[in-house]
Amino acid sequence: MAAAASSALHGVGAVASAKPRSAAPAVARRSVRVAAAAKGGAGPARGRLVARNAVAAKADEATAAAGSKSGGHELLLFEALREALIEEMNLDPTVCVMGEDVGHYGGSYKVTKGLAEMFGDLRVLDTPIAENSFTGMGVGAAMKGLRPVVEGMNMGFLLLAYNQISNNCGMLHYTSGGQFKIPIVIRGPGGVGRQLGAEHSQRLESYFQSIPGLQMVACSTPYNAKGLMKAAIRSENPVVLFEHVLLYNLKEKIPDEEYICCLEEAEMVRPGEHVTILTYSRMRYHVMQAAKTLVNKGYDPEVIDIRSLKPFDLHTIGNSIKKTHRVLIVEECMRTGGIGASLRSAIIDNFWDYLDAPIMCLSSQDVPTPYASTLEDATVVQPAQIVAAVEQICQ
Amino acid sequence: MLLAAPSLPRTLIFPAHCPSHLIISHCFLLSSTSPLSNSNTPAISILPTSARAKLSSLLQPFVLCEDWIIASALGRRRRELIPGDMAALWLARASSQLARRSARSLARHGEPSPPWFLASVPQLPPVLGSPAALAAAVERSPSGRGFCSVRGFAGESGAAAAAAVEEPENGFAAGGDQAIDFPGGKVSFVAEMNFLPDSQKERINCYRVLDDDGRTISGSKFQEVSKEVALKMYSEMVTLQIMDTIFYEAQRQGRISFYLTSNGEEAINIASAAALSIDDIVLPQYREPGVLLWRGFTLQEFANQCFGNKLDYGKGRQMPIHYGSNRLNYFTVSSPIATQLPHAVGAAYSLKMDKKDACAITYFGDGGTNENVQGDFHAALNFAAVMETPVIFFCRNNGWAISTPTTEQFRSDGVVVRGQAYGIRGIRVDGNDALAVYSAVHAAREMAITEGRPILVEALTYRVGHHSTSDDSTKYRPIDEIEHWRTARDPISRYRKWVQGNDWWSDAEESELRSRVRKELLQAIQVAERMPKPPVAELFTDVYDQIPSNLREQERLLRDTIMKHPAHYPTDVPV
Repeated sequence: MAAAASSALHGVGAVASAKPRSAAPAVARRSVRVAAAAKGGAGPARGRLVARNAVAAKADEATAAAGSKSGGHELLLFEALREALIEEMNLDPTVCVMGEDVGHYGGSYKVTKGLAEMFGDLRVLDTPIAENSFTGMGVGAAMKGLRPVVEGMNMGFLLLAYNQISNNCGMLHYTSGGQFKIPIVIRGPGGVGRQLGAEHSQRLESYFQSIPGLQMVACSTPYNAKGLMKAAIRSENPVVLFEHVLLYNLKEKIPDEEYICCLEEAEMVRPGEHVTILTYSRMRYHVMQAAKTLVNKGYDPEVIDIRSLKPFDLHTIGNSIKKTHRVLIVEECMRTGGIGASLRSAIIDNFWDYLDAPIMCLSSQDVPTPYASTLEDATVVQPAQIVAAVEQICQ
Repeated sequence: MLLAAPSLPRTLIFPAHCPSHLIISHCFLLSSTSPLSNSNTPAISILPTSARAKLSSLLQPFVLCEDWIIASALGRRRRELIPGDMAALWLARASSQLARRSARSLARHGEPSPPWFLASVPQLPPVLGSPAALAAAVERSPSGRGFCSVRGFAGESGAAAAAAVEEPENGFAAGGDQAIDFPGGKVSFVAEMNFLPDSQKERINCYRVLDDDGRTISGSKFQEVSKEVALKMYSEMVTLQIMDTIFYEAQRQGRISFYLTSNGEEAINIASAAALSIDDIVLPQYREPGVLLWRGFTLQEFANQCFGNKLDYGKGRQMPIHYGSNRLNYFTVSSPIATQLPHAVGAAYSLKMDKKDACAITYFGDGGTNENVQGDFHAALNFAAVMETPVIFFCRNNGWAISTPTTEQFRSDGVVVRGQAYGIRGIRVDGNDALAVYSAVHAAREMAITEGRPILVEALTYRVGHHSTSDDSTKYRPIDEIEHWRTARDPISRYRKWVQGNDWWSDAEESELRSRVRKELLQAIQVAERMPKPPVAELFTDVYDQIPSNLREQERLLRDTIMKHPAHYPTDVPV
């Protein structure tokens, strides 16, 4: 069992340590991007270097701009997404945006503000209210050679596009024998907001995680939002980018020079020794808040923002588990069938021997999200629960 | 007199929709009331100028001199004769209301107002009639704009006052009882409550060129084809028919797992393909292999896909008949019904961005028009119309969606009537008439590309074969109905009669063609059958652009299992 596990680990480790599907091959393939990257001074490579330096730093420092040569500039998360879109649309004329109210209205969360004026209302397309159809339209356009960025006004609405996403987006590259590719980005805000009601508080990463052919990433800071958006647009695969309704106004200083984040990499938020806390999106902030309390109580948690929801970055996660031997997963998904459930299963498959305690997973209950704020808060994992869970694990 | 235009004094305006009988009646009034009938008659200013010609002829009897006065009735349907002494005041009020409304509507629609109008708006209009009335009117006029306010007139008749409701500023002419300015254009009002009928009295006509005996109907208009193209169309129709027969037999013999024929729809397949260019993007449902055949897909390539061997472009990943070829601009068939309709809009959107001289064409059946979450058909047609993309929506109305006849599918007059609901031009065509289909698609393509608009083509035909090899249609429809369509309405024999009638084809060539195609097909099947299947590695490629670590791991595990238990795995699949 040990031999098998270690060989499995070795297999995973060996493959994962080989360069994952980063943007570098994508850069090499598209001459437009090589030129642009060269102009920015080997942008992607430096981007990743910057990321590595940044993630190694402690959470309360200015992480993103730590390695930045010039001063960097401060902006909000939705502006970072916007900046990424503008840069990519300038670089590549096949990138286009489609969704409800993205054009002249500028997007419900202002991510596409001003883009219609800059690029015209054919490239920034306002669509009628039919998610299945404009996602299908994005698939068709992608098969023809464009690189659409499809916005769901709220991730929950993309449930209506599930047929197109699962049966066509995820599959057509495979079933056509590689003849047609679908370099589409599907993005939108999801997660539990402030009293948005059950239908507008969906966590679609649970539902989509099973679809073969899709990649899923979740951004949580302005730095990784911009980096992940750029990487997603450059990727040849269909990527679903999960944003969170409550994180759009986060402010951070990001580098002036061009950078992208690797789609398959997790982000080390706070190195530590006692326990590995795996989280993503908004829960990262609840975890960091709990971490302050934990540090005061004498614990040293290692916090990793997994960022890549499909596939998991088992390399980073594995190294952390080998160090701490204890895992706590903090997620916003429901208990049943959430990202935490799959992550737990993947860790057991690969790192069983390194665990000193059962994996704990804190998630929302299997209930629709209620409207009343007190009830809503009770369905979302709060820092106090995280502190209690760490104390329990570390006994 | 009512609106002082600097260059044209005493100019009146009225909206274009004002019924001419009212204009005439008031003009008559005007001409008989003294204040206005003397010299210095003002010039016409009519919006739009297109109405001027019409009105000038109507008003000819009333012309007092070269130019004449026209007064507006403000769209009032009630024809009241206004007492002569009231005429001037009434006219003043009437045209000031009109002036305000027109100014608002012009400003809203962004049309440049004629210079005379703009200049006159802020000025104080000189008003004929008693100076006292003028003074009162000006005092009471709101915002000192100088218009004569409705309320500013003393002693107006009760009826006139009641009719002159001050207009709300939101642009909806509450006082206007002829028509309303609504988003999308003007809508006329009507006093009777009439529901639109659920259907027209007569069904939409069907465009047809060849009669049942293969003779062109006299007076018919169609797109001419050269002998070469005509013969190619014919031989491809025959090839498609033979291909369907032989592959169907192969499935029945257990050599392939599944097949789906296009029996009875050969004319739709080939004739529509012939009217397109190779740059036009084809998004099929699944009953259109003829389009691929026309474009050059070989019989061997068809066979390879059906057998799922290693030469299949789909790498053995899809069921038979799910062909796809990016080289020939034929998008891979995806089983769910009607998902290709929004794809077509996206592909056409891409063509529009690139400004290419090409269109997208997508095929679907009568069942597909009702399919899907939110109605892919509905939204795709709506999107295409709103975004003005060059797509041809080709509906093969073949009477049956597996076992559901069209009577249970929809209650509308087929599919073509739905086009109008989306603002899309449509045509109904005889799907078993190759020349009609060719002409219709040719014309549709022209329109789609030059005008940048979608077109709906409904081809009436019949699904002679079963839905697929998994279906026995004799269970739900009468055999004589099938036989009738298979023989008397066969598109291939109808077209052959025409081709032979032109002395372009003979029976000898017919039998030669059929035996040659049959032999070629059997050969292709044999070759395809013997060709090895794709290796296990192809199970994991193309899920993503490069194989990720988790899939590599799963592949390794699978290989290990096969190595350990070879007896449980087929020997002819390379590991």
